[in-house]
Amino acid sequence: MRFVDEFRDAETARALAARISARCEPGRRYKFMEVCGGHTHTIYKHGIEDYLPEAVTLVHGPGCPVCVIPMGRVDDAIHIARQPDVIMTSFGDMMRVPGGESTFLDAKAEGADIRMVYSPLDALKIARTHPDRRVVFMAIGFETTAPSTAVTVLRAAEEGIENFSVFCNHVLIIPAIKAILDSPDLRLDGFIGPGHVSTIIGCRPYEFIARDYRQPFVVAGFEPLDILHSVDMLLGQLAEGRGEVENQYARVVPWDGNRIAMEAIGTVMRVRPHFEWRGLGFISHSALGMAEEYAAFDAERIFDIPGTRIADPKACQCGEVLKGVLKPWECKVFGTACTPETPIGTCMVSSEGACAAYYNFGRFSRERVREATRA
Amino acid sequence: MCLGIPGELVGTVEEFTDLAMVDVSGVRRRINMGLLADDDLKPGDWVLVHVGFALSKISESEAKAVMDMLHGIGQAYTDEIDALKESDIS
Repeated sequence: MRFVDEFRDAETARALAARISARCEPGRRYKFMEVCGGHTHTIYKHGIEDYLPEAVTLVHGPGCPVCVIPMGRVDDAIHIARQPDVIMTSFGDMMRVPGGESTFLDAKAEGADIRMVYSPLDALKIARTHPDRRVVFMAIGFETTAPSTAVTVLRAAEEGIENFSVFCNHVLIIPAIKAILDSPDLRLDGFIGPGHVSTIIGCRPYEFIARDYRQPFVVAGFEPLDILHSVDMLLGQLAEGRGEVENQYARVVPWDGNRIAMEAIGTVMRVRPHFEWRGLGFISHSALGMAEEYAAFDAERIFDIPGTRIADPKACQCGEVLKGVLKPWECKVFGTACTPETPIGTCMVSSEGACAAYYNFGRFSRERVREATRA
Repeated sequence: MCLGIPGELVGTVEEFTDLAMVDVSGVRRRINMGLLADDDLKPGDWVLVHVGFALSKISESEAKAVMDMLHGIGQAYTDEIDALKESDIS
């Protein structure tokens, strides 16, 4: 336990680790899913699993928005970007995500005008300063990011900017969690719930998990102690036969979420009948498209988009990793054909992806276990 | 883009009421505060910033804790701050 000294409050970490061990029923195994890529990052970076008893396993969920974009949508975006008068704008995370044939970076090298932006508002600014070009924002992200896109579209409408549109790929966390709960591949005992998404949607949307699936769900912060605390809360609920939504991250997440953000999403966007997720296939009502009233800002209505569908590469097992069925290192190409430098799957592209996080920190963690054992 | 980064509100932006000047790791940029219009924000307050928008008000101690964690994650944080430096929203 010498490495708990890295934690902000080593005493609390020790106490939590001891209580977690004590709460485990002999002979019982527990499998908890952390839904958010940020949590995955913390878990690998700090080797959280080293502090948990063997009976507790953490599996990684579909909460990295870059990782769940299917290859066909990347190809469709590149198709738009290749129109001669278009400036495609995107977060930096998207630049290396493989489509069927190429990435944004490849397309840029071949002459497409694709620019990285920090914020959708930066994309809007490019539209203002280039009135002769059509500026498209490649919108990705869960409910954390969707309000930013929505507010940007509202601003564009107010200002009467006619050369700005959004290629909307915003996805929703609840249908993804439900798909995992309904999947026969995986039996879970509870969830470490996403922090930032919950600042927007609040905690109430998770109540069906407790009600219909009788599973505990703890919205968690991103520090190592937060993760340990959440595991302790999950085990506490199980020990008492409870399945409830609890908010470990109440210092940041309001129970009711952010009213203004939800209203902005509701004004500008509509839930799609279905949407394809990389590795998970089509999930009903799982993504947002632009509302009819904002058709003038909808790249899917403005451009003739091929609607490309490409099967995930056979060698890559991102789907199983995203559903928590496989650990990153159990994928056949992990660390050999698929590395952060030459990713095959999206889980290796984004720094929030489970594979990239494990690739960057996992070996470090194993080293630490060896050291801890010697200590 | 997934990160929420703490920033300190340091001033208002005269021509845009929904924007404020926010100091994020020593980088001062205009950030949209519209999603927190229900909160009573003033200079010295801390917020979590995500893709140019303040997502939630946080305490100073929470800001420090998150910052410590972000410094530890390496490249993803450096990339985010580099991206923020290029930002010039209005």
